[in-house]
Amino acid sequence: MSKLIIAVIEQRDGKIKKSSLEVVSKAAVIAQQLSYETLAIIPAATVEESEKIAQYGIGRIVTLSNSAFSNYSPSGYTKAVAEFAKEKGAEVLLFSNTAMGKDLAPRVAPLLGAGIASDCTSLEAQNGELVAVRPVFAGKAFQKVKVNSSVKVFTLRPNVFPLVENQTTANVENVNIDSPDLTTTVSEIKRAEGKLDVAEADIIVSGGRGLKESGNFHLVEELASVLGAAVGASRAVVDAGWRPHGEQVGQTGKTVTPSLYVACGISGAIQHLAGMASSKYIVAINKDKDAPIFTIADYGIVGDVFEILPVLKDEIKKVTSN
Amino acid sequence: MKIAVCVSNVPDTATKIKISAGGKEIDKTGVSFIVNPYDEFAIEEAVKTKEKFGGETVVISVGDDSNKEIMRKALAMGIDSGLLLKADGTLDSDGVATLLADEIKDGGYDIVFMGKQSVDFDTSMVGQLTATKAGLNCITVCVSLTIDNNSVTAEREIEGGREVVKSGLPVVITAQKGLNDPRYPNLKGIMDAKRKNWKRKP
Repeated sequence: MSKLIIAVIEQRDGKIKKSSLEVVSKAAVIAQQLSYETLAIIPAATVEESEKIAQYGIGRIVTLSNSAFSNYSPSGYTKAVAEFAKEKGAEVLLFSNTAMGKDLAPRVAPLLGAGIASDCTSLEAQNGELVAVRPVFAGKAFQKVKVNSSVKVFTLRPNVFPLVENQTTANVENVNIDSPDLTTTVSEIKRAEGKLDVAEADIIVSGGRGLKESGNFHLVEELASVLGAAVGASRAVVDAGWRPHGEQVGQTGKTVTPSLYVACGISGAIQHLAGMASSKYIVAINKDKDAPIFTIADYGIVGDVFEILPVLKDEIKKVTSN
Repeated sequence: MKIAVCVSNVPDTATKIKISAGGKEIDKTGVSFIVNPYDEFAIEEAVKTKEKFGGETVVISVGDDSNKEIMRKALAMGIDSGLLLKADGTLDSDGVATLLADEIKDGGYDIVFMGKQSVDFDTSMVGQLTATKAGLNCITVCVSLTIDNNSVTAEREIEGGREVVKSGLPVVITAQKGLNDPRYPNLKGIMDAKRKNWKRKP
């Protein structure tokens, strides 16, 4: 029997998350390199478009279904995934390091006697073994990790691993979970109205103390709105109560990796840089030409945010409306 | 109610990280250590829970004697006693969780609080690993918590919103910023901390 790698898929409202397709892509590539068989599993009540997974190289797709699985259940998903993986003799399990994957994977791993490396930003086959790289100290350093147990679990940071198209034939199967463990369940999801989360956004516009008071944050919000971006904030303005902590980017906030990060009136304390330095393009606007943010910015504007943000917004509006 | 709070010793977040010669650890020269910032929310919640329901609180840390400094802060904030689980400094999350689970499993705790991650190795796993190894329930990344008889309702942060999660006791709760506003230790707390009980295992 050939060795098995399982990609654990996350759905919300029956829709498969993009970060899960990144996991599928990586699992398929590793499987090819190390001659593993592949399987994608989805704990869910119902799933739409599960064949989408086959676009990224995994054809065997199994839904672990129970009507109680429409929302995440930490205990329910854990038992279902662990028992299925054990029964199939899986050797490697890959999760996305999302709110759900982060919660679930470290519960599944001990039940399989598996070692686990979380929040990996690289996972490669080297000399027949998997070697992961994960940021530590909020990205100020990196750790190379090898998992020595026979069963291995990895969670992959979203937005880092590319989608790799590799169409194969979808073969979707359903496994009913008859007696789920529902000791810990989600009873309700409260959505922040129409707001894009910094952890998932492709573009982020962040504001800091340079905005002087909370009433001026509309400048950041307006620029974010024309860019289709999420609004982020520095720790200083979150601690001052101007913005909710969910928007905080940095070492004690969220670590983000968007394509574009626009820092407005943020000087760039080491804790903030740690949370956003791996963004693909960084634009910084600050009055102080010596602000540390400029050391990592791809494009810097030395000037007053109160003058620059409205102009930037209008110009971008012109470009995007054409 | 028997309440534990687990705390971790981490470099101050303003530290510039240097790697030591062997390439496997950080250079600790001149680095000042603090209570993991997320653990402060856990300590506050433990103290608040005792204030509301009564019982006893204990702060647990895995490491060597240098951890006493950060545990003292928890005592000054109002935790009743300290328990140091002695270990070499090189344990990973799994090793820390194994020691915590061994202690918690038979310790008769109703609630165990800890930060949602420690800002050194950032694994975000110790709560879940500990709970699973000890056979307890667990809710992670909590920004609100209500305790009612033998159950808890917590809100945990997810992408673009919050999940409301229900669970029974005993439970491990991992704290996210927003759960509460940690108090500053006052002078009386700091003085009292010096007289509080310590245990060390082994």
